[in-house]
Amino acid sequence: MAKISLASVKHSYVPKPLGPQDWALKQLDLEWSNGGAYALLGPSGCGKTTLLNIISGLVRPSQGKVLFDDVDLTQRPTEERQIAQVFQFPVVYDTMTVWENLAFPLRNRGLRAAEIEQKVKAIAHMLELDAMLPKRAAGLTADGKQKISLGRGLVRSDVNVIMFDEPLTVIDPHLKWQLRSKLKELHQRTRRTMIYVTHDQTEALTFAEKVVVMHEGSVVQIGSPVELFERPRHTFVGHFIGSPGMNILPCEVENGVVLFAGQRVQVENPPTGALAGRRTEIGVRPEFVSLGQGIPVSIVKVSDAGRYRVVEARHADYRIKLLVEEGVAVPASNASVRFDPGHTRLYADGRLLE
Amino acid sequence: MTLELRNVVKSVGTQTHIHETSLRLATAGFNILLGSTLAGKTTLMQLMAGLEQPSRGEVWFDGKNVTGVAVQKRNVSMVYQQFINYPNLTVFENIASPLRVARMSQAQTKERVQRIAELVKIAPMLQRHPGELSGGQQQRTALARALVKDADLVLLDEPLANLDFKLREELRDELPRLFQDRRSIVVFATTDPMDALLLGGHTATVREGRITQFGPTAEVYHRPADLATARVFSNPPINTATVRKQGGQVVLSDAVAWPAKAGLRELPDGPYVVGIRPHHISPVANGAGAARIDGKVQITELSGSESTIHFVHAQLNWVSQSHGMHAVQVGTTTELYIDVDRCMYFSPDGRLVAA
Repeated sequence: MAKISLASVKHSYVPKPLGPQDWALKQLDLEWSNGGAYALLGPSGCGKTTLLNIISGLVRPSQGKVLFDDVDLTQRPTEERQIAQVFQFPVVYDTMTVWENLAFPLRNRGLRAAEIEQKVKAIAHMLELDAMLPKRAAGLTADGKQKISLGRGLVRSDVNVIMFDEPLTVIDPHLKWQLRSKLKELHQRTRRTMIYVTHDQTEALTFAEKVVVMHEGSVVQIGSPVELFERPRHTFVGHFIGSPGMNILPCEVENGVVLFAGQRVQVENPPTGALAGRRTEIGVRPEFVSLGQGIPVSIVKVSDAGRYRVVEARHADYRIKLLVEEGVAVPASNASVRFDPGHTRLYADGRLLE
Repeated sequence: MTLELRNVVKSVGTQTHIHETSLRLATAGFNILLGSTLAGKTTLMQLMAGLEQPSRGEVWFDGKNVTGVAVQKRNVSMVYQQFINYPNLTVFENIASPLRVARMSQAQTKERVQRIAELVKIAPMLQRHPGELSGGQQQRTALARALVKDADLVLLDEPLANLDFKLREELRDELPRLFQDRRSIVVFATTDPMDALLLGGHTATVREGRITQFGPTAEVYHRPADLATARVFSNPPINTATVRKQGGQVVLSDAVAWPAKAGLRELPDGPYVVGIRPHHISPVANGAGAARIDGKVQITELSGSESTIHFVHAQLNWVSQSHGMHAVQVGTTTELYIDVDRCMYFSPDGRLVAA
């Protein structure tokens, strides 16, 4: 187990990068502490897989260093980094039994039979695979096979970090729940360092203690799920996290007063300096917009999501989404909405004003 | 327009993939097939399209028996989970391909492709090749191709499954609008209850080769006819437990009981199965109609906006999902509250008796 640091890491897949568009990863300084549960979250093409491959040693960064417990391993191959990886598609040896699959990494490392037996049993028990141990892996369902992949990553005690690259993408929603909570439980029990790469905010937020949000090759925010939800530091984070994402509405700032479509709006971070020439927006999540005295809107669409309804409203040319709890009536056409001042924030050029 | 499956059965060898099914689909809104992988959704679509022939029963389209009529002779469009486009053709030619087959004039083809491309927001990409597009753009191209001809039947087989979470949300938002002015029957297969809820229309819940219920989506969700439907249509999974009705009380365990609600109250005493969706169990008591349940906390998942608490009560696993952050310590026993007005009750053989 180790602390992993990335120092001034940059990466480009082209030999002579010119503009910023040539860099798959822009300047990165990151530290993953020992025993943490991390998620690396971002859309396709944001650089998250490149970052994962740099940590595992599959990709050498164009610049910067990768340190494990302050030892520079930038030029060292994957085998010397003691890393376990779980991929999107389960990797199992079909001809082997579940037991043999789980024992495989331990046998490779020449562990004693008694020790292998004890470790395989413990992991199988945690994953609720006990009854499957003598069975051929080929006969398992997709989630069963993915459990074996997880198990092979967890069975070794010599790994520095376990990395998961979209491990639940091919799993059905109701089994996803089970596997995700299993993973969370395994982290809580084993306290291994885990890095979970995903484009799915629900997976990232429920699994991780700290989420690293990436966008176009840069880290835009690192924070706990609560911080990312409550106080997005970039409109991208506000949009990307949350379903539906944050309402981002253009606004004017005049003499310290924030105006949205001519209406005064109270924000949690009132402007202190000059904002002339900058693009200003307010951000407020649908969870913090409610029906009540405020901005007049027309109701465009109401979708029943079961435990709440997603209401799409319109004020002038602007679309505002809000969530309304089960059992609360939604007016048919005209209404007015209120932004919670404690959760309405001002952004300039996409960044939270602080 | 209507599409009917009349007593359709599909068997392969000794295995029955689709048990006897009758279903009548119309053009108003989406028709969702909701069920887990291998439940039979794709087979049902193939039967509808004529890609597969039923072992028994008939397929009727608009009052005509089309059983055995090949897919090429029916006016059907399909979009799959995998992004399927012709890699060597431009996006324009990809979208135009069904019109070329139909020998439409050049001018009309151009006009149509342009209009559809704008609708699915792919117009700036028309001269590119699919390989140069993102996954979302590739799927938009496939959708445009399905939309460009006025198909009678449009089959969308998990078209959002391979997209990033945010792209999925965006396209799901747009989809109903793309089809709203069309006279097509649209069928959409998914494993995700949220897709069904947000796309609206009608939903058929599919489980082990059977349609367990078909009706307006909100009705199937809020009043599932049986336990199987409730299970298919709940994510996270619905909590279930055997309870005993005694007089006016519902008894869950030695410690937990609550008054039977109207509908259940009138029924004979005895065992029932209660179904409680996770968001109807909360760490906070909401109103008078809440029954306290103490649970030993197994796992907590805090997503920033909601809390999911997995707990054990009376040797059963339960899940609670609630708004806000409720940090409870794993291993401790905590108080939770069941919103008893929203409990559903099923007979021991799984039929809904009160909701």
